[in-house]
Amino acid sequence: MRYLCLIYENEKNWSTMPKNQTDALMAEYGAFTQGIKDSGHYIGGNALQPTPAATTLRVRNGKVSTTDGPFAETKEQLGGYYLINAKDLNDAIQIASKIPSAKFGSIEVRPIMEFGEA
Amino acid sequence: MPVASIATSVRERVDEIYRSDSRRVLATLIRLLGDFDLAEEALHDAFMTALERWPNEGMPGNPRAWLVSTGRFKAIDRVRRRASFDAAVSRFGDETEVAAPSAVDIDENEVQDDRLRLLFTCCHPALSPDAQIALTLREVCGLTTEEVARAFLAPPPTIAQRIVRAKAKIRDARIPYEIPSRADLPARLDSVLHVTYLVFNEGYLASSGSTLTRPDLSCEAVRLARLTLELLPDPEVMGLLALMLLHESRRSARTTPNDEVILLEYQDRSLWNRDQIAEGIALVERALSSRRVGPYALQAAIAAVHAEAPNAAATDWRQIVALYDVLLRVDPSPVVELNRGAAVAMRDGPAAGLALIDALLARGELTSYLHAHSARADLLRRLGQVPEAIAAYERATALATLEPERRFLARRIAELTDKALRH
Repeated sequence: MRYLCLIYENEKNWSTMPKNQTDALMAEYGAFTQGIKDSGHYIGGNALQPTPAATTLRVRNGKVSTTDGPFAETKEQLGGYYLINAKDLNDAIQIASKIPSAKFGSIEVRPIMEFGEA
Repeated sequence: MPVASIATSVRERVDEIYRSDSRRVLATLIRLLGDFDLAEEALHDAFMTALERWPNEGMPGNPRAWLVSTGRFKAIDRVRRRASFDAAVSRFGDETEVAAPSAVDIDENEVQDDRLRLLFTCCHPALSPDAQIALTLREVCGLTTEEVARAFLAPPPTIAQRIVRAKAKIRDARIPYEIPSRADLPARLDSVLHVTYLVFNEGYLASSGSTLTRPDLSCEAVRLARLTLELLPDPEVMGLLALMLLHESRRSARTTPNDEVILLEYQDRSLWNRDQIAEGIALVERALSSRRVGPYALQAAIAAVHAEAPNAAATDWRQIVALYDVLLRVDPSPVVELNRGAAVAMRDGPAAGLALIDALLARGELTSYLHAHSARADLLRRLGQVPEAIAAYERATALATLEPERRFLARRIAELTDKALRH
């Protein structure tokens, strides 16, 4: 079963962190990603640019309106994601708990909706 | 024996088996069928079939195995008959072809484990605490939705919806039906014990309403802890069961016949249930001897010291403070600090306790905690600081949600006002 692991953290942490710390964190991410590739859990994943680069849009009455920034202002922002293959929720939680940002941010684990599988 | 009375006695046996074994049969059916709702329908079908067939065919040698096999067969039949070839069918795969009413081999160890699987699944931390409690009472304890609703003073549709949503999450997020791995077990067991203790407290210290307690819920919690202990003899399970039994032992001494609160200090200790105390103390001793002492065992040990004292004055407060010290190290919390403060007041005098409680309140964590204000009020009263005591009782009253608690605090305020006027 597929799960999307959404990584939420305070994006300011990254910009205020000393370089040796960001390097260490990036190395941790590299090792984590390689680990889940080797174990066959990895389907995909990306880091996202910070929310100042975000645009939110809506179509109302056929008209597109766009606004600067993410949909909601929150203390933690969506900073990246992994799409994984896991046996069940316990397996997914097990993997998500090793995402380096879980130690200071939070990971939302969402099962992928499967359509017309049966 | 006439046919009619054979039918009656079989019906009685079926009722008996339903009460003693329906949860076990359900737990196994959930594993075999991989679906809570399907398993519940299957359970119902199996018992209906038993009522139809056992009077004529006689009781099977192993009724539980018969019920599991029949339930499983009926479920598969039900899925086949459903015109839409839905997701459930793909789950069975080829198994559907070989299913026959007698084909299931019941492995007793697996069946024991099924009850643990059910318990751990209902208490999965991915479910909301409310859902964990409702689902556990419904599925593990076998309460009806109406009974769960009554226990929580909630409308049955609310509870029904909570249960439906929890089952949907189990299915959609694929919460596995399994006993957690050794690495996850301590954390997962915590959540089972937490649910059990919440159920108990809801029965023992009802959070709202006109009466103080709902004994039936406390009984369910004790039953649940006994089941957990039977399946998983862990020191913290012993600790929790002991803690609940020791609290429960004081039930009839805690309130007057018209439901007024009686504090531990003033309780008639001859009303305490000696059997529950003996069982509780034996369990505490077993838990403490395990060398892996957790918060439940420590709280139970504190309750045991109270239980052993012939009267309030003879309580070994030195030992109680020492146990609170250990508890604070193992499981620090402001409520534990508050209780330790109250114990220090008994050991060293009210001024010493008041200093600790004032410092704790100054940190702001317990500002809206009723018992912090009522404990403080009590110490002020003992110190003869009447206006301060009245003010503290008034703050406590503002936070009280139970009628008997309010009345108790009002009585204290009246006594003190009286005293102030006479001086």
